[in-house]
Amino acid sequence: MEFIIISLVKAALVAFVLLTLAAYLVWIERKVLAHIQLRVGPYRVGPHGLLQPLSDLIKLLTKEGVMPASVNKFYYLLAPFIAVALALVSISVIPFGNEIEIFGIRTWMQLTDVNIGLLVILAISSVSVYGIALGGWASNNKYALLGGLRSAAQMISYELPMSLAIVSPLLIANTLSLREVAQAQSGFIFGFIPNWFVFQGPVPQILSFLIFLIAGFAETNRVPFDLPEAENELVAGFHTEYSSTCFAAFFTAEYINMVTISALATHLFLGGWNPAFPEPVAGLVPVLLFFGLGLVLLYHATQTVKTRTWDKYSFPVVGLIACGIGSIFLTPFLPLPDALAKIAQAIGPLFWFAAKTGAILFLFIWVRGTLPRFRFDQLMRFTWLFLFPLAIFNLMLTGLAVALWK
Amino acid sequence: MDAILFLLFATLAVGCGINLVVQTHPISSALSLVGVMGSLAVLYLLLGAEFMAAAQMIVYAGAIMVLFVFVIMLLNAGAETRKARSKLALPLGAAGLFALLAILIFSVQALLPRTDPVRFGAFTGGTAKAIGQKLFTEYLLPFEVTSVLILIAILGAVVLARKEI
Repeated sequence: MEFIIISLVKAALVAFVLLTLAAYLVWIERKVLAHIQLRVGPYRVGPHGLLQPLSDLIKLLTKEGVMPASVNKFYYLLAPFIAVALALVSISVIPFGNEIEIFGIRTWMQLTDVNIGLLVILAISSVSVYGIALGGWASNNKYALLGGLRSAAQMISYELPMSLAIVSPLLIANTLSLREVAQAQSGFIFGFIPNWFVFQGPVPQILSFLIFLIAGFAETNRVPFDLPEAENELVAGFHTEYSSTCFAAFFTAEYINMVTISALATHLFLGGWNPAFPEPVAGLVPVLLFFGLGLVLLYHATQTVKTRTWDKYSFPVVGLIACGIGSIFLTPFLPLPDALAKIAQAIGPLFWFAAKTGAILFLFIWVRGTLPRFRFDQLMRFTWLFLFPLAIFNLMLTGLAVALWK
Repeated sequence: MDAILFLLFATLAVGCGINLVVQTHPISSALSLVGVMGSLAVLYLLLGAEFMAAAQMIVYAGAIMVLFVFVIMLLNAGAETRKARSKLALPLGAAGLFALLAILIFSVQALLPRTDPVRFGAFTGGTAKAIGQKLFTEYLLPFEVTSVLILIAILGAVVLARKEI
């Protein structure tokens, strides 16, 4: 009974955080893209457009959901449901941090640890093609159909190099459970290089990290592989006919998939929740980061530009919040009662996991602001003639090295 | 709990299987087959064969059925039209089906030796590790022969596709 209650609470918490994160990822993406292109991005709703996701949500939910006359109704409504449900499921096997103890209950910061964890993620990602493909087909629209077809072909093709890239670090970790994969990467080489799979011997997995990232971009239909929704050829691709809540479901699914891929890359190659620096420094890094950010913002609060009236208030507020978060990370260094100290120890791993996942998410957005889109034949040639052989080569190399030296 | 889940997904598997035959539209049939595969994966999971369940989802529900759906969508196959059929087909078919099932059940009961009934949670050899060890020691030859067979099939497909160009 206790198990069921804890699981329900954790599931609700993860779903809430994930959906909020997906909404704010859209804001971050628009802001970063805007700054790459020397614009300001969303600025009107709330300070620096911070309430933009909320207003977008209200807009999407209250808009009229138009259903075209000639669609296949059942599959038309099923497709966005499949997309968002499968996107939410795969996060359940990903751990976010170490074991923690709250109010006497010991639990992992993870929904469930199954010994086929990675296979579960692969299985779900291979099934999640149906959401997009069905949505495109059921819309009964040539652009949507082309988008759905492209997506199906693309996701089948990029799944192969992605799976092969995943296998190489697994050969070193010798397990399929993501928790144990992360635990296998703790410690440091020569005392200062983190023992992550991108650095760890016998073969540093830099190659398979890059292959995984490229395939991950393709699996989530992101630029430069966003052929299924290429707006200059296919209007909006597979979701051309979707509006209102159904469109929001596809949109959310894409961003949740991005988070999952980033978290997976963090666990497989960047050491999961393990810090990037040896212990006393690792604890101080978040403190310095947040206090630095806070002080920079507080300094800028005194020099605001006259036309940007909000900055006078938003800079000091955000600066103080950043200092506050920084001081939370100071708690492991303070003498605290036992119960609080145990919670305080949990935030370190959580910070490192979030930082690495956030860095990869930033990479997703950065690439979108930088690279042009592939042509479809280039996309297929790239994966079958370059990525796939490269992944096999890397796998054979790793296998040989593991057999010889491990 | 296990029994309830088993009944639920067994019913779902059989229901999807019947739906697969009854539906006239190829996409509906293909998706029913996905439903059958998914339910079977859950049944494997209930019996303790985790690796089999994941492989079932990845290979059958994921790769093969996506390809089926892809081809159906590419050809844009519409709903199949029912031709005028003999009125005897349905009653005769139903009777034949029942007869076949009866013979099958009777022969299984009579011919196969009685074993202990399967219990949920009794089997624990379904992890990736256990299957890998069996596959690469006891069943190494069949495994390698199968992989060579698949390689030959791939080469055959490439040769056949080449002729078209």
